[in-house]
Formats: sequence, C-alpha cells, structure tokens
Amino acid sequence: MSTVAERAARPQPRTAGRLRRLRRTPAGRFLRRLPFYVLIAAIFFYALFPFYWALRSAFTPDVDLFKTPVQYFPAHPTLTQFREVLSSHFFLRALLNSTIVAGSVTLMALVLGSLAGFALGRFRFRGRSATLYLMLSMTIFPQIAILGALYTTITRAHLYDTLWALIFSYMIFTLPLTVWVLTSFMRALPKDLEEAAYIDGATPMQVFYRVLLPLVAPGLVTTGLLAFIAAWNEFLYALSFEQTPSHYTVNLAIVNFVGKTGSAFQVPWGQIMAATIVVTVPLIVLTLLLQRRILAGLTAGAVKG
Amino acid sequence: MSTTEATSVARPRFRRRRLPRLQRRQRRLAWILLAPSLLVVALVAFYPLGRTVYQSFTNQQFLALEPTKWIGLANYFGAAGLIHDSIFRDAIVTTVKFTVITVFFEFVLGLIIALVVNSNFKGRGVMRAVMLVPWAIPTVVSAQMWNWMYNDIYGVINDALLRLHLIDHGVAWTAQPSTALASVAAVDIWKTTPFVALLLLAGLQVIPSDLYEAASVDGASKWQQFWRITFPLLRPAILVALIFRTLDALRVFDVFYVLLGQRLGTQSMAIYNQSTIVQTGDVGYGAAISVAIFLIISVFVVIYVTFLRVEEQ
Repeated sequence: MSTVAERAARPQPRTAGRLRRLRRTPAGRFLRRLPFYVLIAAIFFYALFPFYWALRSAFTPDVDLFKTPVQYFPAHPTLTQFREVLSSHFFLRALLNSTIVAGSVTLMALVLGSLAGFALGRFRFRGRSATLYLMLSMTIFPQIAILGALYTTITRAHLYDTLWALIFSYMIFTLPLTVWVLTSFMRALPKDLEEAAYIDGATPMQVFYRVLLPLVAPGLVTTGLLAFIAAWNEFLYALSFEQTPSHYTVNLAIVNFVGKTGSAFQVPWGQIMAATIVVTVPLIVLTLLLQRRILAGLTAGAVKG
Repeated sequence: MSTTEATSVARPRFRRRRLPRLQRRQRRLAWILLAPSLLVVALVAFYPLGRTVYQSFTNQQFLALEPTKWIGLANYFGAAGLIHDSIFRDAIVTTVKFTVITVFFEFVLGLIIALVVNSNFKGRGVMRAVMLVPWAIPTVVSAQMWNWMYNDIYGVINDALLRLHLIDHGVAWTAQPSTALASVAAVDIWKTTPFVALLLLAGLQVIPSDLYEAASVDGASKWQQFWRITFPLLRPAILVALIFRTLDALRVFDVFYVLLGQRLGTQSMAIYNQSTIVQTGDVGYGAAISVAIFLIISVFVVIYVTFLRVEEQ
C-alpha cells in the first residue's frame, strides 16, 4: 500500500495518472480485481465439484444415474440411495467397526501421549531429545515397510481378522503425533503454576492431572481429532488384516461395496456415493467446527521447523 | 547413604555427576511416564522393522509346508531376486513418475492458493475452511468419488468433454494404460494440494508485512517482491512441504488400489509389496521389497536433510 507522500514523490506520466483515477472508481476497482475473483471462483469450483458430484449422484435414482447424456442436476431427486445404504447391515456394521477402532486408537494414543508429553515437556533429563527424535523417526518410515512382519506377528498372536489387529497397528502413526504435539503444548506452559502446586505439596501426578492436563485441553482436542481422522482414514492395514465382511471398516466397505440392488454387471454407484456422503459429512462438520485448532496442530511443525 | 570404605573411596569420582535428589527423582519419574509409549513403539514399530530385515534374508512363506530357511542375499541378488524383477522395476518407475508429477503440481497449485488466501479479501475464512475439507476425508472415499467421475459411459468428465467436443467418444480413463497414471495423479493432486497450501500459508503468515511496505517504498514491483522477499523467506516452509509430500507420494497405496487395482504395469511399489505379502504369501521376498522401498525413501530423506542443513548455514 503506498502512502500519499510517496505517491507525490514518484514521477507520474499523465496516462498513468488517468489510469489511476479510473482505478479509484468502484467499477474500476472491480475490473482490476476481476482476474483475482475469477481465480478464487476457480479454486472453489475445483475443491468442491467432486463433492457436488457425489451429492447429486446420491440423490439421483438409478434409472437416471445410468443414462446418457448425464444430468447435471437430479431431475427426480430421491432418498432411495440413502435409505438403501442406511438399512444395509453390511455398511452399518462397517461404520460401527470404524468408530470402535478409531475411538480406541485415539483414546490410547491420548493417554500414552499425554503421559509422555508430560515427561518430555516438563522434565529435563538425559535422553529427552533422543526420545523425541525416535518418535519423529517413526513418522518418517513407511507403514508398508513393516507390513510383512506385522502380518506374521498378528497371525501368530491370533489377532488376524480382528479389530484388535487394527487398534494395535494404528498406534504406529497416531502415537508419535500425540507425543510430539502434546510435548510442545506442555512445554509452552509457564513454570510458575507447576511450582506453586509443588510448594503446596502436590505430587507430580497430581500436578499432571489437576494442573497441566486441564491447561492442555485444547491440545488434547486437536491431537485427538487428528489421530481420529488418521485412524478413520487408514486403508492399507485394514485391507491386509481383515478378511470377514463383518470386520470391515468403512473404507473397506466403500471399496468392496455390496449393494442391495446392484448386480454383477452394474456397480451400485448411487449407493456408493450415498455411502461416501454418510462417511464424509461428520468429518466435514468436525473439521469446520474445529478448523482453527486443526490448522494450529497441522502447521505447528512446519513453522517451527 | 552408605559409609563403607569402598564407596567412600569411589565417591570422589562420581561426585561431579551426581544430581540433586529432586532432579534424580524427576528423571526416574520421567522414564516411568515414558515407559508405556516406548513399549508400544518398540512393539509395533521397531520390533517389526527388525523382523522385516531378518525375514528378507529368508525364504519364509505364509502357511508354508517346509520350514523357513536362511537364504542370505538371494532375495536381493539371487537369480529370482529383486535386481532381476522387472515388475518391481516397473513399480519403481511408476512410483517415481507419480511422485514427480504430483509433488510438482501440488507445490505450484498449493503456492498459488496460499498466495491468494494470504491476500485480503472477503470470504477468506470460508476459503480456508473449504481447503481443509479434501484433506479431512479418507483417500479411499475421494478415490471412489473420482472413480465414478471417470466412468467411461456415465462419468461426468467424459460427458463434459464430449459436450465441449474435446473428445469424440468416451475414454476409459483408469483402464487405458496411457491415461491411468495421470488419472491417479489427478486425484492425489486434488486431495493434497490444500494441505500443501495450508503449510505454505503458515509460512507466509510469519513474513513481517513491513518488508513489503519497505519494498514498495523503494519502488519494487509485485513480481520483484515475490522473488526477493516471499520466495526466500518461504523456503523453510517450502522444504517442509516438499519433504512431507515426497515421502507420502513414494509410499502411495490407496489411490492406486481403488482406481487401478493390482493390475500389472501400473502398480506402485507399495501395491506390489502388499500383494506379494498378503495375496501371494511370499513373506520373505515381500520383506526384501519392503527393505528396498525403505532404502529408496531413505535416499530421498538424506537428500532433503542435506538440503535443509545447507539452508541453515
């Protein structure tokens, strides 16, 4: 933004001055910013069109869905697809399984992560940064790299084709996240509170759950949500460790969708799209409600380096 | 405290390292608090990692009749080893191509979006929220959404292109070898560009605005400001975003599985690895593939980390 003084100081050819005057009118300003608005509209369209398309397909009856030319707006909107999906035992079971897995994983990762975060964020001891880097290194190495060993270990422990297999293996990517983020939250708290509590005779564990834990509640919400989303979205291990359809997670269900009305020749796309909407909407609502916190959690590592 | 001769002789050597009692107690507590996490990490990550390396030197088969044998480096360099495996070679080529394409487009598009969102306009908050949405949904779900849009007969992409007369008959985007990789890349770019944009946006927002004011006082154009201020100061954020994305792209699995299945010729490294272990039950050979993937990814990590270190100096 240029100030009056510097505008006066700069030499201005006459045409440029006239242009500038034009720009100052509302219409001129709009015209000048038009490309910018076009760009924004394009970004919105690009980001949202696939969702719109899933929505329109979920509300279109099969008769219209499998017909050319394609209808860009459902001519006969219907709830049949949703009704089919929500009455499908297969899909509801998958929703329940995913909730159980993602919920337990999140809870475990938060409990272990906050204890570790307390140790790493509030105590000084040798091996502290080594432990932090150990955790960080876990996020770097690929999950696929340990698939075979996990597969044989899980089979030997008789956990193959159970939800436990997923709950354990998902700790690989959720635990480092909770440890890392909660450590930085714990470290950011002022020392005085803790010291006051110690002077009053509190034990370290009392300090932990009476003083520190309430203060890092926002951090718990953020990391909990990130862990939940990561567990909810995982596919590779679910595909490798689950076999029976009644143990499928939603992702497996959406890939191997068994529709009620679909046949061997026709993939039930309408129902699949309805299922994707059912899975996506809660995630979108959560994300939008907590967007500020998610952003803070996601970018914490990026800015601090 | 004991006062025997032996300890009092030994004590002077240790005195310097001895910590105050409170600190010692704290240290012990810290390790107790860390113990459950470390146990889990050891059990689910480091034990399997070590075991994978061990398995890669054996001929272990899932549900095999004969006992597992140590076969040394045969999985890597034997007659039927990795170096002669053309499927694996194809998988490496496919994955590297995919990585280069997606990381490039995600970075360019992500930077444009970040710059747009960083400038002031109405609806900026909405836009930032919208950007989070593709990131939040499962990759499998977004891949299925695109799979339907790619449908050769009833897909919207074919329909739109036909209406615009850009093609004269429906294209089977995911089935056709010439478009398969591009169609997978497009889904990944759609899904992850917002994430890259958010990382870059976080970097943009810590650049102090007086730098731009000073530059425009000195008569620098917007273009000059971008190359002289924004770009150099954004470098750490750019590198972090590139590292994240490259590592993710190299281990890509979900989009390939949903859109292309396990079709030969268009497998990513992870797809080939998973099918070797789970479908074929070839645990030993699969472990060797895992180790190879791990090494390939490590090479990229080392390159990036050296870059970062050079940056810091």
